[in-house]
Amino acid sequence: MLDNNMKVTDAKKRYSAGVLKYAQMGYWEPDYQPKDTDIIALFRITPQDGVDEVEAAAAVAGESSTATWTVVWTDRLTACEKYRAKAYRVDPVPNSPGEFFAYIAYDLDLFEPGSIANLTASIIGNVFGFKPLKALRLEDMRLPVAYVKTFQGPATGIVVERERLNCYGRPLLGATVKPKLGLSGRNYGRVVYEALKGGLDFTKDDENINSQPFMHWRDRFLYCMEAVNRACAATGEVKGTYLNVTAGTMEEMYERAEFAKALGSTIVMIDLVIGYTAIQSMAKWARKNDMILHLHRAGHSTYTRQRTHGVSFRVIAKWMRLAGVDHLHAGTVVGKLEGDPATTKGYYDIFREEYNPMALENGIFFDQDWASLNKMMPVASGGIHAGQMHQLLTYLGEDVVLQFGGGTIGHPHGIEAGATANRVALEAMVFARNAGRDIWNEGEDILRDAARTCTPLKQALDVWKDVTFNYASTDAPDFAPTPEVSA
Amino acid sequence: MRLRQGQFSFLPDLTDDDIRVQAQYAIDNGWAVSVEFTDDPHPRNTYWEMWGHPMFDNPDAAAVVYEVNECRKAHGGKYIRVMAFDASHGWESIRMSFIVNRPKEEPGFRLVRQESAGRLVRYTVESYATRDPEGARYA
Repeated sequence: MLDNNMKVTDAKKRYSAGVLKYAQMGYWEPDYQPKDTDIIALFRITPQDGVDEVEAAAAVAGESSTATWTVVWTDRLTACEKYRAKAYRVDPVPNSPGEFFAYIAYDLDLFEPGSIANLTASIIGNVFGFKPLKALRLEDMRLPVAYVKTFQGPATGIVVERERLNCYGRPLLGATVKPKLGLSGRNYGRVVYEALKGGLDFTKDDENINSQPFMHWRDRFLYCMEAVNRACAATGEVKGTYLNVTAGTMEEMYERAEFAKALGSTIVMIDLVIGYTAIQSMAKWARKNDMILHLHRAGHSTYTRQRTHGVSFRVIAKWMRLAGVDHLHAGTVVGKLEGDPATTKGYYDIFREEYNPMALENGIFFDQDWASLNKMMPVASGGIHAGQMHQLLTYLGEDVVLQFGGGTIGHPHGIEAGATANRVALEAMVFARNAGRDIWNEGEDILRDAARTCTPLKQALDVWKDVTFNYASTDAPDFAPTPEVSA
Repeated sequence: MRLRQGQFSFLPDLTDDDIRVQAQYAIDNGWAVSVEFTDDPHPRNTYWEMWGHPMFDNPDAAAVVYEVNECRKAHGGKYIRVMAFDASHGWESIRMSFIVNRPKEEPGFRLVRQESAGRLVRYTVESYATRDPEGARYA
């Protein structure tokens, strides 16, 4: 009788035709010491009732590497010990009966260099519909330096982006043009002009602004660049607008990006839904053409939000830093969209640090060395306004784009006033922080003082003073209590 | 117009004490503070003239304020900015930049449009002041 959770070492028994448990096939190796060059994936597994967690972990390891449901003799033509992914550790998830963290190590030779498509086809390609599991979530990955170095990384990076924009020492400010749909190119450019002249650094197309009957993409690009340059002359600052080049084919995206370049745009934008390979192609294009590349994470919540199934956003963030985008949305903590403070800090660290030490309280399970890959600029967008400036600066820090869409365009005295309110609030808060003030506790006083010499800020504070989005998060770390976001 | 470059151009003009406090923040972070001036405020004029080297190893922001005032004596009719340089690995660039002196009159910028094929327009932003030769601009 073979032990269910024990690797079968006798070659004859191991390779005789029939079905073995995945653990018996060698996908469970509790004594395995991961090599520095291994890719490690951490899955949250929820086995079906009666399915042993070790066998479930081994099954995930097997199906995401070399295994199929039955023994195959052709394994013996390969260095199969090396190619087998190895589940080596299974821990119960704290306070979550029935859920387990499974650590799985993959040999570097299982992956094509520089291809997110290949990495994801292996790690998430085949296992998420697996019947013995109720649910499966990819929580985190450790990417070895040897693998990181096969990727370009962010086309521009935070430091060079700031140098190009001539903007240092404060968060960048942006706004998404609203309404999302229906504006003509001419009217759309009006919003861009007012917002940039009022004090924003960037405006932004929304994810679904591509080329619709009400506004063809060339029209949008032409009017937006008129607005950008007018605002640049009015303020003496470098300005930009994220021209969304998302289209149905790569050829069309390149055509739109080339036109944006011809018009002198500093930045173009793509949506996550174009796919990993298209993203990598655009990142290469952006590096070659001195363009900042903004990525809107359209669609991510379909697989990142639920705690037990899908792929954590921290993993998407790691893939996108490898893939080479410069900007990526990462949550606001205080705004209208999902994100608790501790988890969001974990995302921001993945974007901006050279080295991430393990930090379970932020959902980071592994030390991660980024090997001098450029840093990605996080973008905070969705239901934020000037009255939250002290919270935003405290939670998100300095290297971030704060995007106030409604919080600019919805200002009672117009778009330019809305932009000015945000810029004054931001500069006042950065000034106060640098001067050693306790902005978390004195934030409202600092804003009120700044509003004395800035009527638009006073109006903004009056309109939005009571707006908060205080809901329980669906995705908090497993290793610390969820702090409340206070208004 | 009011030139909006730098961290604090939407706030009222900084006092010497404001400058000292911000410079001290830079120094306390280990950054070298420097003073630069120009009479060409184009947004892409990267290289303003250096009023000496960045002040490496200077622990006291009062020295920065002193240099700002010395620079004002020589170039009070021009733009002067304070910058902070961070030499740490992974950054090795500027961390702060704010304007501490402006010309009395800021004429601003002209937008030049060169109409091109189709509806393409090539834009140039040109400072009104830089129509005059260097040194003869502003006051």
